[in-house]
Amino acid sequence: MSTTPTLEFRDLEVAYTVRGIDREVVRKVSFSIAPGEAYGLVGESGCGKSTAAFAAMRYLPRNGKITGGSILFEGQDIVGMSAGEINKLRQSAISMVYQNPATALNPTIRIGEQVAEVFELQGFSKSEALAKVEEALVKVQIADPTKVMRRYAHQLSGGMAQRVVIAMALASNPRLLVMDEPTTGLDATVEAEVLDLVRKLRKESGTAVLFISHNLGVIRHMCDRVGVLYAGALVEQGATEDLFSNPSHPYTVGLLRCIPRGGLHKNTDRLDTIPGTPPALGTHFSGCVFADRCALVEDKCRTTQPEMVSVGQSHVARCFHTNTAGSMPRAIDTVTVSVSQNPNRATTGTRLLDVDHLSKAFTQDGNAVHVVNDVSLQVGVGETLGLVGESGAGKTTIAKLILGLYGSDSGSHVVLDGKDLAGTLNKRDVKDVGAMQIVFQNPDQALNRRHSVTRIVGRAVQKLRGLSADASTDRAHELLSGMRVEATLHSARPVQLSGGLKQRVAISRAFAGAPQLVVCDEPTSALDVSVQATILNLLVDLQKQDGTSFIFISHDLGVVRYISDKIAVLYLGRVVEFGESNRVFQGPHHPYTEALLSSVPNIDGSIRKRIPLTGVIPSPSNPPTGCVLHPRCPRMAGSGVEHLCSSVEPALTEVEPGHFMRCHIPLDQLRTVQI
Amino acid sequence: MTESTTSTIANKSDLERKQIRRERISLVLKDKTFLVGAFILSFWIILAIFGSIIAPHGAGDQDFNFVSHSPTSKFFFGTDANGRDVFSRVILGTRLIVVMAFSATILGTVLGTSLGLATGYFKGKFDMIVMRLVEAISAIPVLIIALLAIAALEGRSPTLTVIVIGFVFTPNIGRTVRAAVLGESELEYVAAARLRTERTRHILFREILPNVLPPIIVEFTVRLGYAIFAIATLSFLGAGVEYGSPNWGSQIAENWGNIYSNVWWPTAFPALAIASLAVSINLISDSLLEIFEL
Repeated sequence: MSTTPTLEFRDLEVAYTVRGIDREVVRKVSFSIAPGEAYGLVGESGCGKSTAAFAAMRYLPRNGKITGGSILFEGQDIVGMSAGEINKLRQSAISMVYQNPATALNPTIRIGEQVAEVFELQGFSKSEALAKVEEALVKVQIADPTKVMRRYAHQLSGGMAQRVVIAMALASNPRLLVMDEPTTGLDATVEAEVLDLVRKLRKESGTAVLFISHNLGVIRHMCDRVGVLYAGALVEQGATEDLFSNPSHPYTVGLLRCIPRGGLHKNTDRLDTIPGTPPALGTHFSGCVFADRCALVEDKCRTTQPEMVSVGQSHVARCFHTNTAGSMPRAIDTVTVSVSQNPNRATTGTRLLDVDHLSKAFTQDGNAVHVVNDVSLQVGVGETLGLVGESGAGKTTIAKLILGLYGSDSGSHVVLDGKDLAGTLNKRDVKDVGAMQIVFQNPDQALNRRHSVTRIVGRAVQKLRGLSADASTDRAHELLSGMRVEATLHSARPVQLSGGLKQRVAISRAFAGAPQLVVCDEPTSALDVSVQATILNLLVDLQKQDGTSFIFISHDLGVVRYISDKIAVLYLGRVVEFGESNRVFQGPHHPYTEALLSSVPNIDGSIRKRIPLTGVIPSPSNPPTGCVLHPRCPRMAGSGVEHLCSSVEPALTEVEPGHFMRCHIPLDQLRTVQI
Repeated sequence: MTESTTSTIANKSDLERKQIRRERISLVLKDKTFLVGAFILSFWIILAIFGSIIAPHGAGDQDFNFVSHSPTSKFFFGTDANGRDVFSRVILGTRLIVVMAFSATILGTVLGTSLGLATGYFKGKFDMIVMRLVEAISAIPVLIIALLAIAALEGRSPTLTVIVIGFVFTPNIGRTVRAAVLGESELEYVAAARLRTERTRHILFREILPNVLPPIIVEFTVRLGYAIFAIATLSFLGAGVEYGSPNWGSQIAENWGNIYSNVWWPTAFPALAIASLAVSINLISDSLLEIFEL
């Protein structure tokens, strides 16, 4: 006797009307979520995840409509429901948590009243509601609910705001909770806390969860069963462990292969990619939706739509080749570019960039805010230095100081190839400016949308190499073709390119002046994982060919570990740990690094003991005394040096050869506690 | 080693490019507001250019057999108290107001854009001082400033009026441009330009300016409408243009007293001309606002 599922999609079809034409975005998707079950939907951007989530709430955008199939909530079809009935369901049975907590909360209403509204809708009086709010906030582990209730949304940190949103969603004791990328905008440590909280609440309340995420690691940790969406169609579904250990659709296999997992490194492994790009919205398919990008494609794939095939216990995949998908050929050779081809190999490792005592204070309301504090770093020729740390740690500011986009404070030195550079850009000569370039996070903002691709790159060549306009256009075309931007696209504007192509243009521009060092500021975080893999491969190839050094900034530790030779971990504008990539990742770690590493939801499914960081990141305008980490330090208690931690700021010291740390706790002691 | 099937991407993007252009053009051409506005405006522009050929009578031609005569087949819009053909005088008055309005608005837009680019990009104290001045000027009604300036400079030439109106418009346009530049200069393509040693002038005019054109174009059309009114009003008040020239404002000023003796035509037709010209420009600016999604 099976119970009625909490939510069931039956051949659901959703279309968006764009420019007068209905474009299919969800294609005959069927799945069900049992009471208390967590179901994950995963896929790249534009594959219909969020549309499915909104459909479950019957909350589609104005141009969206359900064109076929049904959505059953506890056996009741909600597609045909009246607005009143739907509202009743949303009040009492289905809740949603959105991606961006900052916009999900009303900025003009105090948190307390805002959450109370939910209880008032259920018929509680104002004072009862407020009492309930306090209870609800305690439940989502907000330590000081009365204080938080008096605040406005902008006065809360991202993690705190998302807790409030979750408290609101749970206020009605919903039987279904829809979570659309609930932790995507949050820092790793905060993400881990929110995920822990959701897991705990789910255990307590037995709510069914529809969990949407592009992050396979998060899905693996949060969900009982997973569905993989591609181009609006469900291509594979199964129990989480089963699906991750035995992926049976080529798309799932490809997705898992693109991800730089722990242990992979650029020197030994090349990332696999999924060739091609996702289809445009509403493309019509006569065969398999994935045929155009599939390594196993056959003629019948293009003409016949495959049925869902069972590949294991309640594990299904929509593919003709489920047996061979797991061992399908890679799109990219495993072989890396041969080391001997590199003309600069002899000099690799020699010192290129020396950053000494770099500091920067911004003035805010008349007070100096020290955003970067006495940062010293070294980058060798052909090396990649990874900068990691949570938002506000000063990663981007350090990069901009090195490049001279901001002027650094006196006492700071940026020495490139033995030459002490001027603090600001306009005092540096052209050669030095061209020697250090940057690839920004968001190519939409970094490329002038009014200029053609040729002009964007050509102008950089012209200015940095001093070539004539014609010669620089030719050189720009060479560069772009080298980055695999087709000649037909050279006259295009950035808006006409996909995200990955835009980033290739930005990389071409950075390489226009034959740079010695390129700062990559989260170059792949706006991209899908399959595109991320091609960009990372490109960067690694460029480094191997030209011996270019990188400073690689990313919040994704998997990516940083893959591409970096050295790592600097930053906290509150200070380097807390610096050393060889392997050393830093294998430990013993600085307590902050340890907490950061333990917060990453591991895609391999191995459970790591989480080392929580309590409290919030202090403001750089009012840093704690002593070690800046001490109020949150997971290892201070019982270390025997507590008195030092709270009074004296530790210096960055070499704890073992080539491994630097800013911590009072002796290395051996860290080693013992961190096993 | 095929990392991407680039040829298919290229074709798709080529198609999309054409599609986007086609869509934008069709968006403009489908917009009735725009079409009506453009139709009326081009009508007046044609009259401004070919007016002297089209007008059946000269501006100063007097026919004393027809004084304050109501519209007839010889004088479509009737005649004024001096026996001059209202129809011809409306047609011949077009050129002056159209040329003056466009010149004044272009002047104001060029000055305002430069001001906005500078204040929005450099920020800091310079911006603060300039913007306080701008606010002070904006607090005084445009017409009063213009009248004061024209009176102080003792000029009645159209050139002076154009310059005065151009200057008076500068702060408003400057403020609009500044707001757009403030957001734009934070974007990373500006940092990228600095990182290839571009001069500030290049960054302002080649990098930022093209991206803030939409609000500038809309502001231009809005100001053009104001300019029509300002010029007509000034000439109505006797300032701004030489006395006796065939311009709409003066025509109204000379003839409005006769409305009480039921001679409405020498006033009504120039007034209608002013109104239709101003409305056509406002229709265009409204539709541009919507198309640019500002």
